[in-house]
Amino acid sequence: MTIEKFSYDNRIVRNFAVATMVWGIVGMLVGLIAALQIPFPGLNYGPLLTFGRIRPIHTNAIIFAFVGNGIFMGLYYSLQRLCKARMFNDVLSKLHFWLWQSIIVLAALTLITGHTTGKEYAELEWPIDILIAVVWVIFGVNMFGTIIKRRERHLYVAIWFYIATVITVAVLHIVNSIEIPVSILKSYSVYAGVQDALVQWWYGHNAVAFFLTTPYLGLMYYFVPKAANRPVYSYRLSIIHFWALIFLYIWAGPHHLLYTALPDWAQSLGTVFSIMLIAPSWGGMINGLLTLRGAWDKVREDVVLKFMVVAITAYGMATFEGPMLSLKSVNAISHFTDWTIAHVHIGGLGWNGMLTFGILYWLIPRIFQTKLYSVKMASFHFWIATLGILFYTVPMYWAGFTQYFMWQEFTPDGVLRYPNFLETVTQLMPMYKLRAFGGFLYLSGTIVMVYNLAKTMIAGTLLAEEPAEAPALEKLTVEPTGHWHRWIERRPVQMLLLTTILILIGGMVEMIPTFMIKSNIPTIASVKPYTPLELQGRDIYIREGCYTCHSQMVRPFRHETERYGEYAKAGEFIYDHPFQWGSKRTGPDLLREGGKYPNVWHYNHMIDPRTMSPGSIMPAYEFLSENNLDTASTPAKIRAMITLGVPYSAGYDKQANTDLMTQANSIAADLKTNGAPIESNKELVALIAYLQRLGIDIKAEKIVGAN
Amino acid sequence: MFRQYLDKIAGVGIYPMFSLIVFFLFFITLIVYVTKADKKEMDHHSQLPLQSNEDPNT
Repeated sequence: MTIEKFSYDNRIVRNFAVATMVWGIVGMLVGLIAALQIPFPGLNYGPLLTFGRIRPIHTNAIIFAFVGNGIFMGLYYSLQRLCKARMFNDVLSKLHFWLWQSIIVLAALTLITGHTTGKEYAELEWPIDILIAVVWVIFGVNMFGTIIKRRERHLYVAIWFYIATVITVAVLHIVNSIEIPVSILKSYSVYAGVQDALVQWWYGHNAVAFFLTTPYLGLMYYFVPKAANRPVYSYRLSIIHFWALIFLYIWAGPHHLLYTALPDWAQSLGTVFSIMLIAPSWGGMINGLLTLRGAWDKVREDVVLKFMVVAITAYGMATFEGPMLSLKSVNAISHFTDWTIAHVHIGGLGWNGMLTFGILYWLIPRIFQTKLYSVKMASFHFWIATLGILFYTVPMYWAGFTQYFMWQEFTPDGVLRYPNFLETVTQLMPMYKLRAFGGFLYLSGTIVMVYNLAKTMIAGTLLAEEPAEAPALEKLTVEPTGHWHRWIERRPVQMLLLTTILILIGGMVEMIPTFMIKSNIPTIASVKPYTPLELQGRDIYIREGCYTCHSQMVRPFRHETERYGEYAKAGEFIYDHPFQWGSKRTGPDLLREGGKYPNVWHYNHMIDPRTMSPGSIMPAYEFLSENNLDTASTPAKIRAMITLGVPYSAGYDKQANTDLMTQANSIAADLKTNGAPIESNKELVALIAYLQRLGIDIKAEKIVGAN
Repeated sequence: MFRQYLDKIAGVGIYPMFSLIVFFLFFITLIVYVTKADKKEMDHHSQLPLQSNEDPNT
């Protein structure tokens, strides 16, 4: 047997590690700014630095820049070792690295200038979407090339998690990003309303699963045994953990949507099954923690293990909380409140953050052939980060409950106790300040880490080409007898195909009803397409990220219909490309906003929200009264909408701007008579037109019905 | 919250039913396999990250 000599590429690992640290600081800093903008609205500097634009930058930076680079760092390190092979192609590795970083820069530049699709965690516009798909293919080829030329017959469980990640993220990204371009940086989602929401949250739910969870579980299954220097507690459990997750998310995930359509016995079986399924996800957590059995004394001394223990514990908390949040009665509380924010930060700060830090502290000294510059500093980082998580999440849980209970409280006379939404917000100010403090602690810890690791890198030298040797893998002449699973475990290509087929069937089972729903939504005769001015106003609403704080979804609860009006009907959203239901109410719901206040109220409120609502934390949008509306884009927008099936008459794109000006002039004239002179070609006029349209169609329906 | 519209699709119940059954069968098979799996093999696999210098061809 020949022993082959080769080397591991550590330079690419180092590059991704540095990118993880840099983008980590950026993403967390932007998060801190956003957190401060809520209790201190004066920190909003429009147009570039308002909360509505900052918040998508924070979420995208953390998910795709910080965690994304963290995945690639850990994957490029562990995959080479587990396959006993160098990465397939150095050029592909470099392309992957530099293109991913340029996507991040492009994302930051476009988001801050307001180019967004308005779909959460998928805000990037179509040219960047295409670039992401290209880079993802490059990454996939590089990874499978490495797996195919490996020198270890068996694929360790971490690699299965990587394979599932690569395939599923590709499918999710492509399906959710199908959009019609209007211009180089503007597009409309092909889906509308309810359908768009179903696709978007199928994406959102599974993006959490396959970008923030499965790749990190792969990393956990590699780096925790490495750091503890002992094998994973139960390999059998890890097999169950893997398949449970793949099936849980893609197949059974948001299927609770459909459960009413099931016969009783199947529903009962489903419920029993859901409860059973807590076992494999918790099995994963227990598997991670029990890997440290008999080594808990090490945890006291080894800072790497400390980070990993907190990370795995946070994973357990978040995966227990997740299923609980899908219970209707719990969801009624958590939805639209800060509870959701607390939940995702247990995942983000706890699971992804702490595991990334643990891996960085373990990895950097190794590839730089030196010792960590300061263990004390790392220890300090651990404690300040843990405290940061507590200071962040506890106030957010508190805020979530407080706000929900204030929203739904009625006086004995049967009227809302807090009819003014603002009261339920100002109540939360101390919580928001504490949360920002928690974020500050966490960020400070990260800065200490970067300093510590930079010092470590300077002290050591990078072992760019780590020599290794392993016997070549011989072709099996005789098929080993054994189980099908053992067969598949050794065959990456078949594994890839099987996983693809599985997630595609699972995806289809889930998506077919979604695609059929369009023809099953009862249309409401009075719901008409937006006028050109309203459409332009809606695009400004999307551009400014209003959906980050305002929902457009009145739930059928007494306290919501009392506060906002008629609950939302599916037929109302059929022309909404994209939907704008939102996921968080820092401000009130806007679904029934139209006609609630006169135009001049909106004018003053936009120029300075605090003149109309003292104590409001909304950013001021006075720049909208200075910006000219881009009417040149109207015909293209109307044409795109016609393509998507919105019933504007043929050739309406040529007439649209005339109608737009007529409506704008009438709003401007109304504003003028009420003491707020503004030229009719300003963006603010279009935005007011849109806000005044919201919910109007349904009110018209009632009048028609009454007649 | 718009599940009533999904309910209106004719025969939509087949989708969750199909996924439930596939899921259930797959799981039972998996659990049977995992509990029956060879201990030596499992140990070998779990040692992989720890750079065992065993011959991969065995």
